[in-house]
Amino acid sequence: MKSLRWRSISVMMVSAFVVAGCGGGGGDSSASSEISGRGPITFATGKDVTGAVTQAVETWNGSHPDQRVRLIELPADGDQQRQQMVQNAQTESGAFTVLDLDNVWNAEFAANRWVVELPKDEFDFSPFLKSAMKTARYRGRLFSVPAYSDGGLLYYRKDLLNKVDAQPPTTREEMREICAEVLELPAAEGMSCYAGQHAKYEGLTVNFAEAVHGAGGQIVNDQGQPTVDSPEALRGLETMVEGFRSGTIPRAAIAYKEQPNKRAFIGGELVFSRNWPFMWSQANADDGSSKVAGKFAVAPLPGITGKGVSSLGGHNLAISSFAENKATALDFIKFYTSKKQQRQRLVKGSLAPTRSALYDDPELQRKYPYLDTLKKSIKSAEPRPRVVNYGDVTLAIQDEVYAAISGDKKPDKALNALQRRLEKLIEQK
Amino acid sequence: MTTDTPTSTEVDSGNTTPGSPRRRRSGSVTGTGRLASALVSPTLLVLAVVVMYPIIAALYQSLFVSGQRLDAQGFVVEGRQFVGLGTYADILFGPAAERFWNAFWNTTFFTAVTVTLEAVLGMAMALVMHQAFRGRGLVRASVLVPWAIPTAVSALLWRWIFAPDGVANAILDQQVLWSSQAIASKIAVITAEVWKTAPFVGLLVLAGLQVISREVHEAATVDGAGAWRRFWHITLPLVKPALVVAVLFRMLDALRMFDLPFILIGQQKDSVETLSMLAFSEATNVHYGPAAAYATLLFAYVALIAFVFVKLLGADVIGEARSQVPKNRGARFRRGKGSAR
Repeated sequence: MKSLRWRSISVMMVSAFVVAGCGGGGGDSSASSEISGRGPITFATGKDVTGAVTQAVETWNGSHPDQRVRLIELPADGDQQRQQMVQNAQTESGAFTVLDLDNVWNAEFAANRWVVELPKDEFDFSPFLKSAMKTARYRGRLFSVPAYSDGGLLYYRKDLLNKVDAQPPTTREEMREICAEVLELPAAEGMSCYAGQHAKYEGLTVNFAEAVHGAGGQIVNDQGQPTVDSPEALRGLETMVEGFRSGTIPRAAIAYKEQPNKRAFIGGELVFSRNWPFMWSQANADDGSSKVAGKFAVAPLPGITGKGVSSLGGHNLAISSFAENKATALDFIKFYTSKKQQRQRLVKGSLAPTRSALYDDPELQRKYPYLDTLKKSIKSAEPRPRVVNYGDVTLAIQDEVYAAISGDKKPDKALNALQRRLEKLIEQK
Repeated sequence: MTTDTPTSTEVDSGNTTPGSPRRRRSGSVTGTGRLASALVSPTLLVLAVVVMYPIIAALYQSLFVSGQRLDAQGFVVEGRQFVGLGTYADILFGPAAERFWNAFWNTTFFTAVTVTLEAVLGMAMALVMHQAFRGRGLVRASVLVPWAIPTAVSALLWRWIFAPDGVANAILDQQVLWSSQAIASKIAVITAEVWKTAPFVGLLVLAGLQVISREVHEAATVDGAGAWRRFWHITLPLVKPALVVAVLFRMLDALRMFDLPFILIGQQKDSVETLSMLAFSEATNVHYGPAAAYATLLFAYVALIAFVFVKLLGADVIGEARSQVPKNRGARFRRGKGSAR
């Protein structure tokens, strides 16, 4: 009996640890919104796979020996990064000074006062991409500064499109027509037409938002009201569902995230692929790992009724409310988002900048031929819903959209249910 | 009267004489008791801190919600609101009920199916390992390999096996989408779980098999019992105490299942979402109240199952009846024989 009790107790302890560290975020805190104090700080960011971030931090440390920045690398997975940052804020820990936030977290961190408001007039935002700047504000106030940007691209098989004498499509309908011809070619045997990211995770929200925007709809309108019960949103979702039903999108693509999508494209299984710029260099690798090196090109995403709209990816820098030396942190953010630093990170780590001029740099364009297309994609990109409880909102979207594309729910039913859930989630706030 | 007095004193003294050492003894018992409680109090203190406090804190936490309202400037209203059992009502009957009951049935289904399969396979493994043959040591060691691999790692291995272009599809020559089709993903989780934990059951049952006296089998053989009859009427009843403990441990473990479906199939998949995953998902979305409520409900469910199981099958978890083992054994054996007849 005793060890049985132990067993249950250990179960409880596990459960208790799940809910541990919940001070309820209440009461008076050590948080200060004043930006002052200089000295050593930390920079919490995702895993620095390219070494570009480390290089920037070392440059800063070289010229600021008394205000050194220590790099804290969080896991590569975005959810885990957010979780660690939220936990830090919940315990009001000053361990992280500068936070590298996915731009969809801006509203949540701002509304919870986990990050401080930044002085607008100390920055010149005119050279920044307008779409990226939308993600930095919350209710008109500045809480973060865009450091990286990202937009979706339509990768297509140039060699096959040339054979049927086709231009890259601007709508999904054109894409289907091109596919119908291309897939007749003997060279295209066994290939599928198109795939994006359709597994049940953040990528599905990204792809759904693109479908809705591409059909002229919105998920949440400018007044902050959910509008997924509109005919435009239905058109967007029906296009996704129809893609699976007709086989335009291969059945296996319902489990695709970025990497499986990439494997399918560079393995020569897809004519068209929606993916991020990171795929470019891997698809062009001439070490035999890619079957499509030199055979593909990129275009802006196709629309559905109008022109294509990408979901806006990217990361912003913000200052934790609970950290010391916020004045140093502000200087570091200015340094990190400067043109020179953004250029260096683009060169070393192919991390897309948030300053518009860098996309027009001829030297960079030679190195990254997709840059011009990426600029078009990012300029017209739309952020995902900027709501405080984004985590709940994206889960609701994934639930209903996934039910529709896997055939469990009719698209109109799924969107009605989604509308109700979003109304409830957003009205609560 | 005078004769009465000494008699009464005699009676009195007669009463007190055996009484006083008793009183002394009971005094020393309380002394020992005090010493004992003084000696175990550090342990009790540690238990109170690491066991009682988290349980009570979780219960208390589940009565509040926080971060649900925004003020005029759009900031989250700080502090938390007391909602009493409101969170539980939402979970059991309200808007969250669908997700909760789905996770509840998934948890129950996985526990029932995996533990049954593990008990059968574990039994079979133990019988094989119990035989004397060449390379027995090698077989015993290799059977334990899956148990030695951390669950997270084995979940990754199985994820590759069950990938759309993975080994499982290549062998079956099918295009099964293991991570997205409801039944397929359940099968994937069950396969990986059974693969990993059947050796644990096997090991415990093997220990039970080794204490069965050879003579019982020999006697039965002399009486003309076949292999099947000996297994059914001798091995099984005698190994039952070990088997019951193994099954109980596995049930309690399976009810908390988290890492395997989380890594193998993914988050927020209705077909494999378990109660632990639900608590985790709420906690990561900063809904600590509901997360604590899910954890508390899971705790209650696990405690209930364990209680019922122990009551029904009388699992002798730490051998508190070890002193009565011979008697018990005999009783069980007889009962086994009787019911078999």
